[in-house]
This record gives sequence, structure tokens and C-alpha cells, in this order.
Amino acid sequence: MAKAPARKSAAPTKTASTPTAATNRETPRDPAPYDATPEELEKFYREMLLIRRFEEKAGQLYGLGLIGGFCHLYIGQEAVAVGLQSALDGDKDSVITGYRDHGHMLAYGIDPKLIMAELTGRAAGISKGKGGSMHMFSVEHKFYGGHGIVGAQVSLGTGLAFAHKYRGDGGVAMAYFGDGAANQGQVYESFNMAELWKLPIIFVIENNQYAMGTSVNRASAEDQLYRRGESFRIPGMQVDGMDVLAVRGAAEAALEWVRAGKGPVLMELKTYRYRGHSMSDPAKYRSREEVQAVRDKSDAIEHLKKLMTDAGIGEDKFKDIDKEIRQIVADAADFSESAPEPELSELYTDVLVEQY
Amino acid sequence: MAIELKMPALSPTMEEGTLAKWLVKEGDTVKSGDILAEIETDKATMEFEAVDEGTIGQILVAEGTDNVKVGTVIATIAGEGEEAAAPAPAPAPAAAPEPKAEAPAPAPVAAPAAAERASDPAIPAGTAMVKLTVREALRDAMAEEMRADDRVFVMGEEVAEYQGAYKVTQGLLQEFGPQRVVDTPITEYGFAGLGAGAAMGGLKPVIEFMTFNFAMQAIDHIINSAAKTNYMSGGQMRCPIVFRGPNGAAARVGAQHSQNYAPWYASVPGLIVIAPYDAADAKGLLKAAIRTEDPVVFLENELLYGRSFEVPEVEDFVLPIGKARIMREGSDVTIVSYSIGVGLALEAADSLAGEGIDAEVIDLRTLRPLDTATVLASLRKTNRLVIVEEGWPTCSIASELAMVAMEQGFDDLDAPVMRVCNEDVPLPYAHNLERAALVDTPRVIAAVKAIANRA
Repeated sequence: MAKAPARKSAAPTKTASTPTAATNRETPRDPAPYDATPEELEKFYREMLLIRRFEEKAGQLYGLGLIGGFCHLYIGQEAVAVGLQSALDGDKDSVITGYRDHGHMLAYGIDPKLIMAELTGRAAGISKGKGGSMHMFSVEHKFYGGHGIVGAQVSLGTGLAFAHKYRGDGGVAMAYFGDGAANQGQVYESFNMAELWKLPIIFVIENNQYAMGTSVNRASAEDQLYRRGESFRIPGMQVDGMDVLAVRGAAEAALEWVRAGKGPVLMELKTYRYRGHSMSDPAKYRSREEVQAVRDKSDAIEHLKKLMTDAGIGEDKFKDIDKEIRQIVADAADFSESAPEPELSELYTDVLVEQY
Repeated sequence: MAIELKMPALSPTMEEGTLAKWLVKEGDTVKSGDILAEIETDKATMEFEAVDEGTIGQILVAEGTDNVKVGTVIATIAGEGEEAAAPAPAPAPAAAPEPKAEAPAPAPVAAPAAAERASDPAIPAGTAMVKLTVREALRDAMAEEMRADDRVFVMGEEVAEYQGAYKVTQGLLQEFGPQRVVDTPITEYGFAGLGAGAAMGGLKPVIEFMTFNFAMQAIDHIINSAAKTNYMSGGQMRCPIVFRGPNGAAARVGAQHSQNYAPWYASVPGLIVIAPYDAADAKGLLKAAIRTEDPVVFLENELLYGRSFEVPEVEDFVLPIGKARIMREGSDVTIVSYSIGVGLALEAADSLAGEGIDAEVIDLRTLRPLDTATVLASLRKTNRLVIVEEGWPTCSIASELAMVAMEQGFDDLDAPVMRVCNEDVPLPYAHNLERAALVDTPRVIAAVKAIANRA
């Protein structure tokens, strides 16, 4: 008759000793802007431009009624997904995000045709036309969605990190969420477990300033979102999300920390979306001037283009890239319009994996 | 006047326990807060403290005594200035006073006599059997699957060091270690999501909810994340996870802790929902639940945890998901139930047999997918259908089955389909009100009789 053991003191007792002052705690090193080669600069530029042109096309197809439901465009935020993704190890790291997911998938090298065909609800879509804009996945690319419930991907991503640690495969999970999701309770439940168990995860807040129509200041008591992990002892970083080299540099500092087994990092990427929250956004909550000012002064693609120009890349090169990207997007759009809709029999498949 | 120390009720469902150890002896002086004894229930070993000062008079129940009923006088304490050495004659434990009415004993259901029961066709005749509680069967199922597949891990509140809030995970930490038996903070939404994410990432989590009442905080992940992802991804991303824990009414724990969620989950495409009654099904179906590639909601019942049943003593006992079981064959009426209701149905059938009504009893076992074929085949034979469900009647498994009978068994019905469910109210605390709200055997008998003679 074994006595049920009382709570053993063998459990980690962080609070038992005198707490270390937060300022003395080890933190990730200060990130430096990434020193990219000309080839890398061009690669980032192509990827960011592909996202922008793809999303512009998606907006057009939505206007034509070819894309239905909700459609959240990534225009303005391109440097975030491209910069972060470029730092990950595609063979072992995993990624998860919310419903504004087209850009992340493109940054991961997933075929634009499969993404656009999913948006138009065709059988050739990456989810066979059953998921739509908000629900796309590529297990092959370790891209775990594409989730429609605000904040859910943070807990799910913590589970991906748990699986990395459980298997000891050296992988890191990256969970993207917005400034709106940053107020969901489960985010903090996840922060707690992730730090408690030193899970290999980078929490990425894409702060595009507006949760639908509610600005960060109107929704967040602590509007410096990178500090939201502090009460869980998760180090935070605030990063210029409009500068792909700053993003990449910060990602490397974060990955060093996480890969060393020191637990999660919270990154806040300050960015901006040029378009509405979704296609049906009346945009009453901000002025045209505000949006135009960001476009004029802070655009991520223009910024990168300037760096490349300074590095000696000529206008002809940009024209060639632009033409090439427009062709890829036009092909994806043509494919997505001409590909057949799913067979009606698909209605009943994939509900369950097994037969009972 | 000596103070009588009585066997305490240490949990809402405790009826008796083992007096594991005395930590005092006769003649010892004790004060309030001193630990007098250790008492072992089916859930935990608890320390029993003195609440008064005095001298231990006589110890009336020896340590190591099993099955000491709640309320039995186990020792006496003499107050200050009283004569400690003159206790009243000690009653033998066997002659212990009956538990008082405050002991929250649910109406005991007679263990079904094996001879009257139909054997499970999934178990070959002549298979050696061993008696196990439902609690042990569930534990064994998890342990066996964890031995067989290192992707399987158990996570939840108090599953590891505490050994399970209801002792279902007892011993797992010791065998599998803290990496695979993971205590969580009290954070249902978070760990349900974490589990679903780990399943998407290739592991096979068994997520324990202390009770399914708390899973309402996590239901978004059970439904939106676990159940829908395979479909939304066009079959690309699976979520092989088991959410398990006690469901339904326990005893005297009030409305927020007493609810049957079976109809909720059973309404969701993409989920498997299992609610076993006996220990063999608990074991065989939990093993199947852990193995399947689909997400499973596995609904246990606290009041059944301590009941013992025969379980086949075979190497790897796995039962098919989605198959109901005929528990008792009969020709006059079909009584369908699941989980704790099966015991009531069997008891009712035994009673009805004495009145010349031959009832067939079906245990659904799996609620999604529902084995309607077995129910309809029985209806074809008996032409009468009664559904027993420890849960609310509105939008219930019972109402679903009534519709199945309408759509697919209309010509076989000689009488209206009857449902015997809980009253349509939040479950009250008061003993009499709680009893009035819950299904019981007399109500099942009455429902059967109401339609038995109609043709």
C-alpha cells in the first residue's frame, strides 16, 4: 500500500532561493543587422516581391468573386516572414501561424499555384480546396498551418516545440501571431509551459498595429508587446519588421538562445499592413494619410531595393525580377482559375483517417 | 465523555477504506492537528488528523484492516481529566455501525452475474479472465501502449507525482519517467492545445482532464484544432490524440462538476467518441483509442472507476472502435445505453425478467461513429426501444437514436421510442434532489413497462 507521495521537493524550485534581479538574468545577445551577400539580398527581394504581387493578385481575384470567404492579405509585412524564415533550418524546424498565412507559405518555398488554387477552392489546392485561405498546411515543409482561431496557433506551436524536445531532434518551433492574438489567454498559458519546460520555441508577434480595427493602444495595457513574456522570464526583443536584414539578424540571436536549450524567446516585429484586416474592411479606424506615410517612408521592399541599389545592382536587374515575378503570379492565377473544383465525393473524404 | 473517532469520508465517492497505519497508540496524548493514522481510499492515501486534545483511549480497528465503512468508530479520545483507560466494549469491525446518511453513497448497482450476460464476441470462448477495476484497466491500457510505442505520452494535472487525481495514472511516472508522464500547471486550454500541436508534430499524446467539466475551457482545441484539421488540410495533417477523463455526474459535487458531455462531442464530425462501461471495454477501447490516427474523446465515469469486472488475460487486448455490444440477449424490448447507464439497464433487465419481460441490453461503447446497425437489428427483433442516458434529455444521444429509429427503423416500431434521462435541470447538491435528478433503475423499469404491452 504505497502512500501517495507528497509533493516532492525534487521538483524545480526556482522560487526557493533569493530571486535574481531581472536585470542580472542572462539574456540573448543584442542582435546585429544581418550582413547579407548580394545573392542573399536578391533572394530576399524576390521572395518579398513574390508575396506582394501574389497578394495583390489575390485581392483582384477576390474582387472578381473567384476567392470567397475571408481573405487576409500580407501586403506590407513581407520582411517579417522572409527574414525569419531565411534563418530557419528547413529540415528540422517547424512553423505555425494564424490565418494571414499566404506570405509565410510563399516564403517557405511552397508552390504559388497550390496556394492560389486553394484560395479559389480547387481540387489542386494545397488542402484539396477544403481549407481555403485560412487553413493551409504543408507537413512536407514543416509548415503546420494556417489556423483560423485567433491565438490557437500559439498553444499548438508550443506542442510542436514539445515534440521537438521530446524527440531530441534539435528542431525549433516558430509560432507567429498578431498583436490582437497577443491578448488571448492561451498565449500566456503557453508562455508559462514553454519557459517552465524550456521548450525550443520562438514566439513571434507580428505587430501590424491593428487587431482588425482596434489599435494596439486601445487594446493592450502593456503596448510594448515584447515585454509580454517578462513575468514568465521569457526574454523579449523588439525588431524593425520593415527591415528584412534587421529581422534576419534578430532571428539569429533568438535561434542561438533557443538552440542552446535556454528556452523560448519572444520577438515583437513592428510592422504594418497596408490593406484591410480582411477584404471586407471599411478602414474607418485609420486615415489614408497614415497608410500612405508608411508606404512612402517605411516600405520594406523599397528599403531593400535601396540597399541593393547602393550595393551596385542596376535598374535593369529589378525590371527583370519584376517581370519574372509577375509571370509566376500570372501563371498561378491562371492555374487557379482553370483548375477544376473538387469532385463531390471529396465531401466525405478526410473526415477521419481510419475506417471503423 | 470520550470522543468517538469515526472513519472519515475523504472523497465525494468514498464508501469505505483501508486503515493503513496507526501513528499513535493507546494512552498517547494528542493535540489538534496531530496525525493519528493513514487511511487509504481507492484514490489516495490520506493522513487523518486529530481535531481535539486528549488521550487516545482505545483503538478499535487494527491497522491493515480493509473495507472499513465510512462512519465506523475506529478509536476513542478521552478529554482532559477523563479516564482514558476505561473504554466501552469494542465492537468488532464487522459489527460496525452502518454509514450515516451523509456518506455520499450512490445507489449501489449490483455487479451483473456473469451467467446472465451475453459474452463479448470479440473475446474468444475459454479466454482466461482476471478481475480488474475500471481504474486499473485504464492504467494498464496506457502502460501497455506506452511500452509499445515511445511516441505515446500522458499529460495533465496531477498525473505524475500525485499519481492521478483519481489514481488512474498510478505508477506510470515510476515506470516511464517525467518526460513521458507530464504534470501540467492548471491550464486546460493551454495543455489541450499543446497536446494537439504535439500530435500534429508526430507524437501520440494522451491528455487527461481531471474531469471533462474542465475541458470546456479547452473545447476549442478539441474541436477546432484536433477534429477539423485532417479535413481542412485535405488529409495532409493528422492529429492522433486522446483526450480522456471522468465525465458525467459523480456524487454531490454540484452542477459545475456534474455534466455528461457525450452528446456535445458526439455531434462533431472528425472526432471519435468512446464511453465504456466495464473494465474490459475500458482497457480494450483505450488501447484502440491510443492507436488510431484519429482524435479521440474518451469519456470515463468516476463512479465506475472502483468497480471490478472480468478482463481477458491476453497479451494485447484491443477492441474495435465503433462496435456496440449486446450485453444481454432478449426478445421483448431493446434497452440501449452507454457508460454508467449500462449498469442501470442491466439491473432493470434482471428485474423485468422476473415479471416476464425479456429485455435485450445494448452497450453502445462508441458514440461516434454510432453503431446504428446493432441497434436497428435488435429493434427488428424486439420492436421496442428504450434509451437510458445519464445526461440531459435535450439534444442527447437518446434523441439522436430516436431519430435513427424514425428514419431507419420506423416499420419495426410497435411502440414509441422512450428515453430515460436525467431531469432537465442543472444537477443539484442536496442528496434528495440529486437523486431525483439522476436516472435510476426504477425509471428504466417504468419506461419499459409503459411500452411493453403495446402492439
